[in-house]
Amino acid sequence: MTEIWFIAVSFLVAFIAIACIRLVLGPTPPDRAVALDTINTLIVATMILLGVAYRQLIFVDVAIVYALLSFVSTLYIARYLGGEL
Amino acid sequence: MIFEAVAPLLLAIGLIFNGMGMVGLLRFPDVYTRLHACTKTTTFGTIFTSLAVIVYAVDWFIASGEGQYIMLGLHTVIAVFALAVTNATGAHAIARAAHRSGVHPARAVVDHLKGAKQ
Amino acid sequence: MIPFILTVLLAFVLYLLLTAGSGSTGVWAYSEILIGLILACAVGVVARNFLCRHRNYRMINPLRLIRLCIYVLVPFFVEMAVANLNVAYRVITGRIRPGIMRVRSDLKTDLGTMMLANSITLTPGTLSVDIDDSSGDLFVHIINIEEGEEQKALLRAGELFTVSDLAAWIRRIAE
Repeated sequence: MTEIWFIAVSFLVAFIAIACIRLVLGPTPPDRAVALDTINTLIVATMILLGVAYRQLIFVDVAIVYALLSFVSTLYIARYLGGEL
Repeated sequence: MIFEAVAPLLLAIGLIFNGMGMVGLLRFPDVYTRLHACTKTTTFGTIFTSLAVIVYAVDWFIASGEGQYIMLGLHTVIAVFALAVTNATGAHAIARAAHRSGVHPARAVVDHLKGAKQ
Repeated sequence: MIPFILTVLLAFVLYLLLTAGSGSTGVWAYSEILIGLILACAVGVVARNFLCRHRNYRMINPLRLIRLCIYVLVPFFVEMAVANLNVAYRVITGRIRPGIMRVRSDLKTDLGTMMLANSITLTPGTLSVDIDDSSGDLFVHIINIEEGEEQKALLRAGELFTVSDLAAWIRRIAE
């Protein structure tokens, strides 16, 4: 029954690749910030699923820290784009 | 037993909503509508894929009685909670920065914020 | 003094949640409890001025916390499900009529405004963009404005939601 986790993870990796297309194409800087934020969310979801697939709790702990740090980086990018930094 | 019935369904719902968000990210015309697509669908989709993980953890705790599976479920709940709170705030920050840097909504019928700035 | 104690308690409970099941004696090892207390005190010294900034302790009331849990689990989750189906519909058909409108919320506190802005972002067809600092009005990007709606000068916060009035829920929780 461990295959379904890897199937779901491969779908999520395909979604990350699609978001990378928008990261490259994005006509304005805010578009690229949106794509980066989406990629961060999907990476957290992928890490949680991999934590179950390999039965390692450390993946989920890293996912928590990654979610909080990516939030901080998104806020800083947003402040820079808004010209307040 | 619960796991084999419910978890594939939860995973499929989460993946379908995530995929919808990605289509919207490619298809919508400007940054605000793309934010609509990405924020809502990825938050909801991640909640559902993580619910599958929690169902798995509960199922294995019942089967084996090992404490580490309860820990897996608890940490997943904390991760999802952190994600749901921070995702909405991040989207708000990007939208505000986009409007301040002069990106106006495409095909807009009304823009009160532009009037309020002047 | 009270903000310091509250910050330490919050940090300590979070640390205990993350390290549960670490020891053989009971649930937590003694070393984890000791390190958790030291770290929580350090966090309390650094961050005591950020929690409870206005010296208003109404959120300790357990009734408000129970209401918050019910709010997140029932009406808010239903609205999120509707929002996702709505986004899926818009993605497939491409039928949009966007615009930014002023929304009057009538919420006085920072926490209430923050919860309303986050709820607006995650519910159907709306995304909060900016806030008017003097009056507390929110500027909301709406993906599909009805014909004739754009003539109005401002909307009420309750009109944005489809299933239940989340603004009234937030007023009962946070004010």
